[in-house]
Amino acid sequence: MNITVKIKRFDPEKDDAARWESYSVEADKMDRALDVLMDIKWHHDGSLTFRKSCAHGVCGSDAMKINGENKLACSVLLQDLVKEGGTLTFEPLPAASVIKDLVVDQSGFFEKYRAVMPWLINDSPAPEKERYQSAEDHEIIEEATKCILCGACTHSCPSTWADPDYLGPAALLKAYRYVFDTRDEESEERLKIVDSPNGLWKCYTIFNCVQACPKEIDITRWLSALKRKAVTTRF
Amino acid sequence: MTFSHDIVIVGAGGAGLMAALYAAEEGADVAVVSKLHPLRSHTGAAQGGIGAALGNEEEDSWLWHAFDTVKGSDYLGDQDAIEQMCKDAPRTIIELEHYGVPFSRTNEGKIAQRRFGGHTRNFGEAPVRRACYAADRTGHVILHTLYEQCVKKQVRFYDEYQVLDLLMTEGGTCNGVVAYEILTGDVHTFHAKAVCFATGGYGRVFKTTSNAHAGTGDGFALAVRAGVPLQDMEFVQFHPTGLYRLGILITEGARGEGGILRNSEGERFMERYAPTVKDLAPRDMVSQCIYTEIREGRGINGKEYVHLDMTHVGKEVLEHKLPEISTFSRVYLGIDPVEQPIPVAPTCHYAMGGIPTNVDGQVVRSGDRSDIVPGFYACGECACVSVHGANRLGTNSLLDLVVFGRRTGMAMAAAIKADNKKAALSENPEKRTRDTLESIMARSDGEKAVSIRTDLQETMMKNVSVYRNDDTLAESLSDLKDLRRRVKSVTVEDKGRKFNTDLMDAVEILFMMDYAEAIAAGAKNRTESRGAHSREDFSSRDDENWLKHTLFFGKGDDGYDIEYKDVTITRFQPKERKY
Repeated sequence: MNITVKIKRFDPEKDDAARWESYSVEADKMDRALDVLMDIKWHHDGSLTFRKSCAHGVCGSDAMKINGENKLACSVLLQDLVKEGGTLTFEPLPAASVIKDLVVDQSGFFEKYRAVMPWLINDSPAPEKERYQSAEDHEIIEEATKCILCGACTHSCPSTWADPDYLGPAALLKAYRYVFDTRDEESEERLKIVDSPNGLWKCYTIFNCVQACPKEIDITRWLSALKRKAVTTRF
Repeated sequence: MTFSHDIVIVGAGGAGLMAALYAAEEGADVAVVSKLHPLRSHTGAAQGGIGAALGNEEEDSWLWHAFDTVKGSDYLGDQDAIEQMCKDAPRTIIELEHYGVPFSRTNEGKIAQRRFGGHTRNFGEAPVRRACYAADRTGHVILHTLYEQCVKKQVRFYDEYQVLDLLMTEGGTCNGVVAYEILTGDVHTFHAKAVCFATGGYGRVFKTTSNAHAGTGDGFALAVRAGVPLQDMEFVQFHPTGLYRLGILITEGARGEGGILRNSEGERFMERYAPTVKDLAPRDMVSQCIYTEIREGRGINGKEYVHLDMTHVGKEVLEHKLPEISTFSRVYLGIDPVEQPIPVAPTCHYAMGGIPTNVDGQVVRSGDRSDIVPGFYACGECACVSVHGANRLGTNSLLDLVVFGRRTGMAMAAAIKADNKKAALSENPEKRTRDTLESIMARSDGEKAVSIRTDLQETMMKNVSVYRNDDTLAESLSDLKDLRRRVKSVTVEDKGRKFNTDLMDAVEILFMMDYAEAIAAGAKNRTESRGAHSREDFSSRDDENWLKHTLFFGKGDDGYDIEYKDVTITRFQPKERKY
């Protein structure tokens, strides 16, 4: 199929502001959106810049705005995005500072991640064997452990757009994953961090994050559970 | 500028993070330098499980695991190293669990285990549940947990720095690396007492691969350039079940949960080749069997794939134990594995060979195992201990990463404690790197990396994949010679300093050309079939002449030397390999 690909580009060494560039591309409907970007880079314009690695939705490198929605470029096929003769648009993730073309600075995103103490805390003497956890208790956190930290959710959230200091769904989901891990002993400390002005209460259950998540995690549901936990722990 | 740390680890996948964590636990000052953000590393794509004889689901023993690994390696693995890995496995997995890895659980709340290819009870009697798993994203949860723990331990991360040179003193002591900061285009020196390569595999030299785009084998090339040999590079694992045309991995855990391979006649063909373990035969055999079925006209619709049938396994198992591969199948091929079989074909997956090391990650530079390179360590896929020999068993790669990453981290920390004097840097350690980058950037006439890379991937796939013979290997070597000439004129269109991924494509193809020859040359010399190295013109294993490791020494444009080294055999004498 022949399609027009519009890419929002920005070269920090040449441009004062972002600009749109269009390419006419021959592609297959079963191609991934990432295949189109690679084709342009390799055969039309070597300066086009984007991140990529696994190319099948597990590493989280290529989250970007495609046809107006945050997605992983490697996890969506052209047949689900554009028709013959149609236009496909690529932009960097919104509410992030752009380094070059589709590459954004994720240092702020990972600062928020680090802020929730994203690691298991258990200072009790370790048993000789594993710490037991029932299959049911594991199930409570299992979906949250699917998160690949691509950033599609946090950058789709209107609260993030309005307030760059909001922890955002990805960091809060990580907090949920540890607060509800039966092996963790530090949930109170973590709850204090998320039960704060830039924390949980800026989630207004808009569900953009759920829609953006390439791993289909029901983020708002788990954040609601975290809110209940925060409230019941507080009072 | 120059950064100084006790330990510099290159690569932030499972092996690099494990080494970093265990060295940091000992109080060492550790830096991890990676061309990707650590969480983008390819360990995150490992699906089905990590092997350890925990015996949580049924009786198991480390010795059975060791036997299976030796047999799986077609007797080329070093048995002392294999024993070490299988003995270390249970405690290492338990430590991972204590660090927080969210493994799937049994009804009693223990780490759940499943069947995998080549893993048996009682020395080959029947399949055993040995693979510890977290649904079908075991690597993902291990990678994330290790990164979290490293952040907690305040390991210093240099994300998106491409390492371009390995620094050695004139006396042959390793004392640092040179890296290119992708964000700014600046070149930096990292001065260290110990350098550890955990740079992963080289799947991207083949056209069809399950490996990430980043899997360009950078560490192999840097080692070769520094005069370090590469061991057993001819042994390339093709995973039997990659999604047709795309090569995306469909875990062996799918067959562990009951999946069956079928040819165009609907026949469960593995019954003919491996009557005892059937679809759970080791990967080398299954990939060769699939190719044989295709060659004999039993590919589906006359095409180069077979079916992985999961339809009888049930929705419940697919949704709970194999959700990722179900999604891949639906997203990329529009096939729901609950209803329809998945089209699959072998895909380049894993490098059995690599930088030779001992069990503590110290790099060994000759056939003499005590001849180590001071200050230089390697672990993970880029290293060759050798525990996988001619064919790696499924679940043993994650195990290799964590066991030898851990041992290497502890060994480096101990070395620092004993003597923390860094060997002095040479006068201008960045010169070679700057010259290379400047010459690429200044070149206006030439060829883009993509066309050289595409031709490399084509010749490797056509001539050096599952089946090889003298003619195909000679053709590949001649192609590689030509490509080595072409790569000298590699050029870039992006002339900017900041985030120049065009330039990174160019340095990666330069890397690839420095070790691809090791794969083809080792394969051409080895006139036998063993494990994943299957020669049409020498179809039997030949222990008399070839029960030995290949050592490849690259000499740039002046060709290469090949030497051999003995295999360590402890308990298990080579026998015919039947499943």
